[in-house]
Amino acid sequence: MKTVRMSIIGFGAVGQGVARVLIDKKEYLEAVGLDFRVVAIADSRTAAIDKNGVDLTAILYRKQTEGIVGPEKVTGLEIIKEIDHELVIETTPTDIVTGGAGLENMLMAFKHGRDVVTSNKGPLAMKYAELMEAADEGDSRFRFEATVGGAMPVLNLAKDALAGNTITNVEGIFNGTCNYILSRMMEEHAPYDQMLAEAQELGFAETDPTYDVEGIDTACKMVILANCIFGMNATHEDVTVTGITKITPEALLLAQNDGYVIKLIGEVNDSMINVGPKLVPVDHPLAVGGSLNVASLQTDLSGPVTVTGRGAGSIETASAILSDMISIYRE
Amino acid sequence: MRVSMDIELKDIPGQLLLALKPVSEFKGNLISVVHHHEKRTPRGTIPVQIVFETKPENLNNIISKLEESDIGIARIDEKRYFEHGAVILIGHIVHTDIQDTIDTIDNTGYAEVVDLNLSMPKINTPSSASLKIDAVSKAHLESAIELLKDIASKKDLLVVEPIKSELGVI
Repeated sequence: MKTVRMSIIGFGAVGQGVARVLIDKKEYLEAVGLDFRVVAIADSRTAAIDKNGVDLTAILYRKQTEGIVGPEKVTGLEIIKEIDHELVIETTPTDIVTGGAGLENMLMAFKHGRDVVTSNKGPLAMKYAELMEAADEGDSRFRFEATVGGAMPVLNLAKDALAGNTITNVEGIFNGTCNYILSRMMEEHAPYDQMLAEAQELGFAETDPTYDVEGIDTACKMVILANCIFGMNATHEDVTVTGITKITPEALLLAQNDGYVIKLIGEVNDSMINVGPKLVPVDHPLAVGGSLNVASLQTDLSGPVTVTGRGAGSIETASAILSDMISIYRE
Repeated sequence: MRVSMDIELKDIPGQLLLALKPVSEFKGNLISVVHHHEKRTPRGTIPVQIVFETKPENLNNIISKLEESDIGIARIDEKRYFEHGAVILIGHIVHTDIQDTIDTIDNTGYAEVVDLNLSMPKINTPSSASLKIDAVSKAHLESAIELLKDIASKKDLLVVEPIKSELGVI
């Protein structure tokens, strides 16, 4: 049994999802010879620390009832710096302007030679090259499948499962909120504002939906793909972005009459990064409905390879994080 | 443009060469020749189908040459556009001079707007339109759409174009 001491920095929906899957998958992990021992958890205000392993169930309960994780008043950054452990799970909220606390946390982790698995897009979309260099210097392993497409494997699919193939183009739907709104607008023949309100009521869209509906979230994911798969050194400012706010129900109907659906499509290859509403034939693999995500990778040896899955959600995102954790430490 | 032609040859040596010569003489690009040697027309001639690409202005010269060589032409089918694309426009489409938008595509010589469906729900709200564009080739269709995007951005219209794999450019 290999014991990996880890911290969870950021205890929102995704951080809590990680704690839950660690509880649920304890036996599975033991069977593959892994003991992930969470020695510290931090949210934006409080922390819980125990070098023998914190009680995940108790902390989840405390977070839900009291809104805090523990008694300590230390920050995530201090935990990464001071507490001896191997792996940092970075799940703080994304900040695409500065990279936010996530960037500092990751750089600190690499400085101390710790491995990092993250779902936080901001730092990767802003400072990809800097992070890669720091990870190299710290001899740290750095995985971020959860940043693109949630549970749907894209980065690891391109890097591992399709190893040997040259990827020439990636296009797909990488934002469930936009897909939900556009799918519903078409079904109900209803205007954008009405379906946005419905999405917000059902929890598919944030109170301030700008980040999703203006295509910024998709743009960040495209930047990560551009850097990770196509070896660029791009930031989200290099992306041509058009959101979905101008799409009308009439446009969706006209498209439907011609055999198309309208989807917010992110597209990347070695010469461009683009996000905008596109026409997708109704029988095309990219024409998935609801809040699903889908990605189609164009490869030289295998032709097109398409995956679809849930792009967001606490447990779904945690699943991508867990898969990265296992692939780092499994013999 | 691409021309498909049914011609009839006399059953004597050298006729096929005679029939194909005008195509190459006027810089046509021969795509296929199907020679039905085992068949005979009621006139006792051999039916041959040829398909070639040529500039529209050369077609009449090719036909005249064939006629001069006494080669019968039973049917000519010409088709200029092979690629069909659809785009959606959203915005103040009519008030930003829709005629000018269409003309810009039509004036390229390699693409044409062949169908337009317009939906104008209310005064002062954006309209939506679907445009069908025919073009000489995939590459020409793509440049016609690029051109449309240029005009649209000047007129503050949103263009929703087909995904790349649908356009066949990847």
